[in-house]
Amino acid sequence: MGDGLENTPAAGAGTPVLAPGHTYATITDKISSIVLTQKTRWGWWFGFAISFALFMILNLTIGVLLIIGVGVWGINIPIAWGFAIVNFVWWIGIGHAGTLISAFLLLMRQEWRQSINRFAEAMTLFAVACAGLFPLLHLGRPWLFFWLIPYPDTMGTWPQFRSPLVWDVFAVSTYATISLLFWFVGLIPDLATLRDRAKARLSRIVYGVLAMGWRGSAMHWERYEMAYLLLAGLATPLVVSVHTVVSFDFTVGIVPGWHSTIFPPYFVAGAIYSGFAMVLTLAIPLRKFYGLEDFVTIRHLDNMAKILLATGLIVAYGYMMETFMAFYSGNTYDRYMIMNRMTGPYAKVYWILICCNIVVPMSTLWFAKIRRNPAALFAISLVVQAGMWLERFVIVVTSLHRDFMPSAWRMYYPTIWDYAALFGSIGLFLTLFLLFIRYLPMISIFEMRGLAHHLEEKKG
Amino acid sequence: MSTQPKPGETLDLVQIQTKLERSPQKRVWRGLEELAGTPEYRDFVECEFPHDPRAEAKGVNRRDALKLMGASAALAGLTACTKLPTEKIVPYAQQQPEDFVPGHPLFYATAMPLGGYASGLLVESHMGRPTKVEGNPSHPASLGTANIFAQASVLNLYDPDRAQVVVYRGRIGDWSTFLTSMDQLTAEIMARKGEGFRILTGTVTSPCLADQLRSLLALYPQAKWHQYESAGRDMVREGAKLAFGEYVNAVYHFDRAEVIVALDADFLFVGPGAVRYAHDFSDKRRVTGPDSTMNRLYAVESTPTITGAMADHRLPLRAGEVEAFARALADGLGAKSAGNGIAAPAGVPAGWLAALVGDLNKHRGACLVIAGEHQPPIVHALAHAMNDALGNVGQTIHYTEPVEANPVNEMASLQELVADMQAGRVNTLLMLGVNPVYTAPADLRFGQHLRSVGTRIHLSQYEDETAELCHWHLPEAHFLETWGDVRAYDGTTSIIQPLIAPLYDGKSAHEILAVMARQPGATAHEIVKQYWQRQNPGADFDLFWETSLNDGVVANSTLAAKSVKLSAGLAGETAKPASQSAGTLEIVLRPDPSIGDGSFTNNGWLQELPKPFTKLTWDNAALVSPMTAQKLGVYNGNIVKLSAYGQSVEAPIWIAPGQADDSLTLHLGYGRSRAGHVGNGVGFNAYLLSTSENRWIGNAEVQKTGKTYNLVSTQHHHIMGKEGEEREEDTVAAMQRKLVRTATLEEFRKNPDFAREKDYEIYGPTLYENYSYTGNAWAMSIDLNSCIGCNACLIACQSENNIAVVGKDEVSRGREMHWIRVDAYFEGDLENPAVYNQPVPCMHCETAPCEYVCPVGATVHSPEGLNEMVYNRCVGTRYCSNNCPYKVRRFNFELFSDWTTQSLMLQRNPDVTVRSRGVMEKCSYCIQRINRVKIAAEEAGRVIQDGEIVTACQQTCPTQAIVFGNINDMNSRVTKLKKQSRNYGFLTDLSTRPRTTYLAKLRNPNPEIKE
Repeated sequence: MGDGLENTPAAGAGTPVLAPGHTYATITDKISSIVLTQKTRWGWWFGFAISFALFMILNLTIGVLLIIGVGVWGINIPIAWGFAIVNFVWWIGIGHAGTLISAFLLLMRQEWRQSINRFAEAMTLFAVACAGLFPLLHLGRPWLFFWLIPYPDTMGTWPQFRSPLVWDVFAVSTYATISLLFWFVGLIPDLATLRDRAKARLSRIVYGVLAMGWRGSAMHWERYEMAYLLLAGLATPLVVSVHTVVSFDFTVGIVPGWHSTIFPPYFVAGAIYSGFAMVLTLAIPLRKFYGLEDFVTIRHLDNMAKILLATGLIVAYGYMMETFMAFYSGNTYDRYMIMNRMTGPYAKVYWILICCNIVVPMSTLWFAKIRRNPAALFAISLVVQAGMWLERFVIVVTSLHRDFMPSAWRMYYPTIWDYAALFGSIGLFLTLFLLFIRYLPMISIFEMRGLAHHLEEKKG
Repeated sequence: MSTQPKPGETLDLVQIQTKLERSPQKRVWRGLEELAGTPEYRDFVECEFPHDPRAEAKGVNRRDALKLMGASAALAGLTACTKLPTEKIVPYAQQQPEDFVPGHPLFYATAMPLGGYASGLLVESHMGRPTKVEGNPSHPASLGTANIFAQASVLNLYDPDRAQVVVYRGRIGDWSTFLTSMDQLTAEIMARKGEGFRILTGTVTSPCLADQLRSLLALYPQAKWHQYESAGRDMVREGAKLAFGEYVNAVYHFDRAEVIVALDADFLFVGPGAVRYAHDFSDKRRVTGPDSTMNRLYAVESTPTITGAMADHRLPLRAGEVEAFARALADGLGAKSAGNGIAAPAGVPAGWLAALVGDLNKHRGACLVIAGEHQPPIVHALAHAMNDALGNVGQTIHYTEPVEANPVNEMASLQELVADMQAGRVNTLLMLGVNPVYTAPADLRFGQHLRSVGTRIHLSQYEDETAELCHWHLPEAHFLETWGDVRAYDGTTSIIQPLIAPLYDGKSAHEILAVMARQPGATAHEIVKQYWQRQNPGADFDLFWETSLNDGVVANSTLAAKSVKLSAGLAGETAKPASQSAGTLEIVLRPDPSIGDGSFTNNGWLQELPKPFTKLTWDNAALVSPMTAQKLGVYNGNIVKLSAYGQSVEAPIWIAPGQADDSLTLHLGYGRSRAGHVGNGVGFNAYLLSTSENRWIGNAEVQKTGKTYNLVSTQHHHIMGKEGEEREEDTVAAMQRKLVRTATLEEFRKNPDFAREKDYEIYGPTLYENYSYTGNAWAMSIDLNSCIGCNACLIACQSENNIAVVGKDEVSRGREMHWIRVDAYFEGDLENPAVYNQPVPCMHCETAPCEYVCPVGATVHSPEGLNEMVYNRCVGTRYCSNNCPYKVRRFNFELFSDWTTQSLMLQRNPDVTVRSRGVMEKCSYCIQRINRVKIAAEEAGRVIQDGEIVTACQQTCPTQAIVFGNINDMNSRVTKLKKQSRNYGFLTDLSTRPRTTYLAKLRNPNPEIKE
């Protein structure tokens, strides 16, 4: 999908990926000053205060959860998975955009990615951190989570490898590792820049240690480029594989509404959909707030909106096929599942989800005017994220609440601790993200310099 | 808790010293605290926690809860080293060696008095702790099975809320003071020749207790003995008296009846013979093939009951109209009584009555008409007259002398007592095992008049509403703690032998009566044994005694048939038309199907037991028909105010399909203030609407209050529509799953394979190799044609498998823990739907969806086909539950098992893990029972016999609907049942290959009645 983007009329219309007039120095100054010289703004403190408060609510929730048990949530039999799994899938999905931008688009030589990849990667990492919490916390006995990891224990017991949850452990831990490495490796040259520019002693030491002795020699650059490319090569399959495995958590089960072959591609598309929405949610205020409109230009927003449109269409196709197959298959359980989704007690959630994920984005993103309007895009990105969260809610809860035995049908009522965990995890994410933009360059300095050079060359 | 005496009090060291010296063996002790495991010490401990009944009545605050927990823990600790009673008890030798092997349970036969009548039991005892109750195969009222009350009685034994101390005027007293005080009191009574001395008991069938009472009355000639059983059988007794001019007891033989008419009679569940009747009834319906026959049951009833659900024809009729129906039926049958030409009530469909009369006449001598326990005497008398006219006497019914030691009209007896209390003619009232302040009809104002009695002495297992108003409260020994005797529905007598010494020094009624007879110190054992020695003075008494204890029944004690003659006066009884004043609705009071009349209110198992059909837990409700609800403009959970006879209660509405229109059913046993921590404040008190005139059926004004209440049901309801009818989407979906497969007997004969039609099972290629079962392959068959939905299996499972009680709040969240549940589905119209009960344990699928999704291998497949849970390995992902299509898995969302209450630990089955927080659990096919038999068989080097392994649910099932066994054994019962054409599995199209399968339900309707 990356291929076609450059040739679209809008992109061809000529909005640059870097505003004209930037030199190496202006780029470096502009980006590093946010970290090194500018005073921490009141807006940052305000945002951090709220995020940190939410993060503390998460900690409280975890405390309560560990003391009392998962019974503090609204889960029951038959709805044994609730918000925790919804949140897990949602956060993991959000992470996907970062990997797609940094690895996949890198391999595709999409140079417009360079101003957004850094914070998109950071977003991935923090989203994976939030996602990783939930499968652990949702366990009945979370302190025994390591039983899901294959290790040679004295009892000779191993995980049960047929279970998708074990696959999840591999998928998510690999994903977290690669994302961290990729992000950190990408940071090294910039850390060296910060080390060199920092005035405070502590900053120099910390950035110095993190820069791992980067001197920017040609040898460094050569090896670096190769390592980065290899990591990108490693990370690219993860864009597809992680959410495929996550979708297996559902498809391998026999629950109507879960047991569907369309899930892997539909999950991946959904993940990228929500992930790009999150990138937009973060990028639009950031560029405004830190005056980075030169680096994250309308062209970027436009491109990302197009990806939203494309993935959104795949997701819509998924919804359509799910409904179609339920009737086409003649399977009574599937048919009832779809009817119950659309008309049952959670029908409202389903229709809000359709509005959020299909009606609103699909009716707006076709128009270049809207794609190039940051305020509109910001609103749409929030709508899409809410929609994607609801989609997971519909998959997890609506499917479970009425499955096979009518006698066991029940409703799910989230408790205050369900909401606390959801909003608390958003707090954790934002806390980490705010710390990131305060202490690390949110846009890759060296890649932007490369881009400036590249554009010069093109022109020249 | 300090054990130091408070200033001003002294620890009686001299007494402790004496105790020490008297102790038979040399005693090793660590301190005075330990030594003082004496009643005196307990009294002292109790002094630290003075009871204030008024404070407790307001509910329990944190401090009180802690105090009570502390006190019960301390007391349980003092008695934790349980010991068998010192008196010799005799194990049930039919199925076990008599010697004691550590780790192996022993079974003892005993009997439980319930409403005065015996349920014959075998009680499992682990190292001196009774843990599980089962039916006694040698007992005619049990035949080896037991109902929910018997199953749950073991929890009452260990209930930490039981009365634990002698209370005198709201303070801790002690037994010796009581004895001293009684010495004085009885001397006074003696001087007055017993004037003003009254004894109130429940219905007494115990020969020994009756003997004691008679001699007490001989000692105090002016004293009086009153009987009042809260859910007593006055109507039955008075009905017989009306019919025959004397009290007689009717024993029914459902095993000989082809056609049965139940006139508001829930004979399968209510009454002293219910367990046996359910057994006999279902035996007459057991279908093995197309040539089998079934009996036919007609039920006319006001509220959906277990019996009504089994009926081939059910007619909802207001309870007050049943009399008119009975008269019309009697007329139709030409019974001697004559119905005075009264027409059948308007609700009876045309031709129904004629068809019924025809069917009965066709089966003269092989049919039965039975009247409900709560119907007025005339209905009973009419039923007797009809049975007489149909030539059933001596065939399907026989009469005996009454089972009760002294049958009386208990309501009259109670009224007399109250009148005397009111007139100041009672100065000493001894109440044995009754709670009249709560259970007496409201118009008698028992509590108010009780206050005018000079000395009020109360013996009961709980410090209940009556105890609060008494001077002396004595803790009553549980039937598993003491000796006694009791008679069953047919007069068969059992000697109650204890399995454990009283946990809290409880006393039995025998001992209290001995005290009142100025023979203090006589133990229940002595009293009971001496009584029976007097009855059997021969030299072989020891043999008689041991045999009686061993068997659980006294040989030849069953009452002989007696010939009776219908009294002529019956014809003169004029018809009383069902009266109903405008603006009121009929109210029908019934003992609760879960907690009875209130004697089991504090039993968590029974409180959490989903009631038949409504599946309500932890509450009672005013049951109304859908039409009446519409008329009243109320829905489930709306609170209405019911006013009758100057009393009013607020009750939440529950719509019960099948309820008669314009009739409300209210269940008794709830709304208690002093039941204990479990039962206090649960539900509303329906006794407030009963009067001595209208004890079971009355009228009440109904007002909406606009308030709502959260009633918790474990199952949503789905009325299954007939094809072509417009129904709710869900209903259609439920129907398509073909969980309920049913036919009439006729249809079945024409098409024996109806249950398997359109059934497909995929045995396609599989990624994983199929298991091969070379040894045993355990499986279960549940005959839905036999299952009556009585819930006995559920409580048996809870008792056997240490299943936690979670409370109303958790049930409302959908977290009840029952390993087996009884699903109910309705079919047909709302006014009178057919009801299908389906017990659902784990299916133990051969290709179990739960197994492959567990990431840690905590649920695994056994070589014998069991789907096993490894609690230790479970981390609680709950994926297995999501993937279980039958939703039989239960999760410990929190720490649901009680790990702190000492006394409850004694009840636990030591062969079953008590689950902790965060692990999944489910039905294991009673793997502990399987393994016990397997080990025994292996030790003996023999193969396991069919029927040797009996699961807890199967064991207690009164209708023997559940059969467990080995399907690799071609001759096993379960294999044969599964070969029947009615056999089908749930959701087999999912290719789960369930090991638990069902036999389809059949009905045997009268072809002359078109519905």
